[in-house]
Amino acid sequence: MAAKSTTSNRGYAIYLIPGVLASLAVIVVPLVMTVYVSFTKWTGVGSPRWVGFDNYTRLFADALFWQSFGNIALLVIAMAVIPTLVGLFLAAVLFDYVAKHFGDRWAGALRSGYYLPQVLPVAVTGIVWGWILHPDYGALNRIFESIGLGGLTRNWLGDPDYALYSVMAVMIWFQLGYPIVMFMSGLSRVNPELYEAADLDGAGWWQRFRKITVYMIRPEFYVVLITTTIAALKIFGQVFVLTSGGPSNATLVPSYFAYQNFFEKAQVGYGSAISTVLTVLIVVLAFVFLRLQHRAEESK
Amino acid sequence: MTVTATLAEARAADDKSPRAAKHRDPVRFGVLAALVVLLLLMVGPLLVVAVNAVKNPAEYAADGPLSIPTSLYWDGIVDFWNRVNFGQKLWNSFITSLVVAVLGVLLSILNAYALGIGRVKGRVWFLVFFLVANLLPQEVLVYPLYYIGKEIGLYDNLIAIIIIFTVIQSAFGTYLLTSVYTEFPKELLEAAAIDGAGKWRALWRVVVPVSRPTLAVLFTFFFIWTWNEFFLPLIFLISNDNQTVPVALGVLQGDRMMDATTTSASALIGILPAMLFFLLFQRTLTRGIAAGAIK
Repeated sequence: MAAKSTTSNRGYAIYLIPGVLASLAVIVVPLVMTVYVSFTKWTGVGSPRWVGFDNYTRLFADALFWQSFGNIALLVIAMAVIPTLVGLFLAAVLFDYVAKHFGDRWAGALRSGYYLPQVLPVAVTGIVWGWILHPDYGALNRIFESIGLGGLTRNWLGDPDYALYSVMAVMIWFQLGYPIVMFMSGLSRVNPELYEAADLDGAGWWQRFRKITVYMIRPEFYVVLITTTIAALKIFGQVFVLTSGGPSNATLVPSYFAYQNFFEKAQVGYGSAISTVLTVLIVVLAFVFLRLQHRAEESK
Repeated sequence: MTVTATLAEARAADDKSPRAAKHRDPVRFGVLAALVVLLLLMVGPLLVVAVNAVKNPAEYAADGPLSIPTSLYWDGIVDFWNRVNFGQKLWNSFITSLVVAVLGVLLSILNAYALGIGRVKGRVWFLVFFLVANLLPQEVLVYPLYYIGKEIGLYDNLIAIIIIFTVIQSAFGTYLLTSVYTEFPKELLEAAAIDGAGKWRALWRVVVPVSRPTLAVLFTFFFIWTWNEFFLPLIFLISNDNQTVPVALGVLQGDRMMDATTTSASALIGILPAMLFFLLFQRTLTRGIAAGAIK
């Protein structure tokens, strides 16, 4: 039986050939090259010169590198932690309160509205907020002035004290819709009788939220947390468009730091080391998350 | 996919329940009001952009961003459109996204056919590979790709972007589609085999038609993701004629020629195609996100 199935499966390997060749060319070879280059000094022309771990020792002593990782930690809060928690709460409110008392239409319309920022291209998000937060002709400062709160106007993206918080706020705005949609679709799996039973037992909304909602959508919870965290670690576009990592590196993130070294400073070896560290971090985090998720599902 | 059906049933049951008609207390409307305020915060920025894209700059200077324009002013949009030759960018984005979506789905089908249905040896390792490929930050691939692209004459060429994104998107597609094909009903394949269909015919006559809904979701994702891509197109497409929409808009930031009207005009014409796709694909999208998307 086993022998038979392996022979009948043999003919399928040929279907993998285009995918394997394409992945080799676009993913495996470049990945190996980057890791190799991270052990060299290279300007992008001529041949790389082997320097061993020099780039890495330099990296771990580089204040900018640590700053970029500190910034990314705050962006994980803005892009993963806050949207996941707030999204969980809002999804429950929409599903278990709004839909019940005001009907499906309201819940659906609100959900679509919250999701809207997610469909915009990253660069466009940057332009919209770059304009709203612009110190001279931006909408936010103009609004503050017109309602007599002129004292609140700031150079939101140009002042090192505020730039990172401004970017964080923009990212919360951008991300919030994704967990809401994911969690609401998770909630629709839940048997409504469960809620009815809890209702009859006299459980209040908050109790139902904690005991049923949070418990039932654990799978979605993990998926959302993994994907948003990884998205935060990879963030590039918004930072490029909004602040270019500035002012004075206040919003520098690893991917932008690598980009600068590759294409502005021609320090390809150093840039490769930065991206290699970032990659290792992402892959390790992803596997830790997957393990946790696996364990949570087993214990069910 | 059955998820939406259950959802509708659950809601229908709810509407009929007596609780829905129970006493209306002010708390209820307080909650709704809070949610509507939040909605305004989410959608408001886009509305402000739309309003100011069609507002005369003089009027903006006088009345600020929140006033309703007294007359529609199209010059901001027209000027910007002509200045960046926006039609060309739209076409570049469209053709790139379309080709990537088609090729990416095809490549995902082939991979998933071998891994999910064929269960070839080492399938777990292939799947781990595609999962990791999916996680990689593009920064770790960009410099070699840029270097190789230059060497083989594909730098500043849409074909390079098409090849790269076909592979990157199909890593996700393979991962998702393999899990779908692992559950593919064996009887259908056996029936095809009895009818004398080889593996190639079985793939196109049985497997692909049956999995069409999933393929539609993948196509939609690939199209929109490719449309929105910024980093690699920014590196690869340097000449004006080759830029995609996000790159053209992104590199204009910080340009001294920009003022409130031009900036919001540029933002608006970046928003509109995205909104169009959102409306066109809304059903597939929400369904697909429900199917457990990884991005």
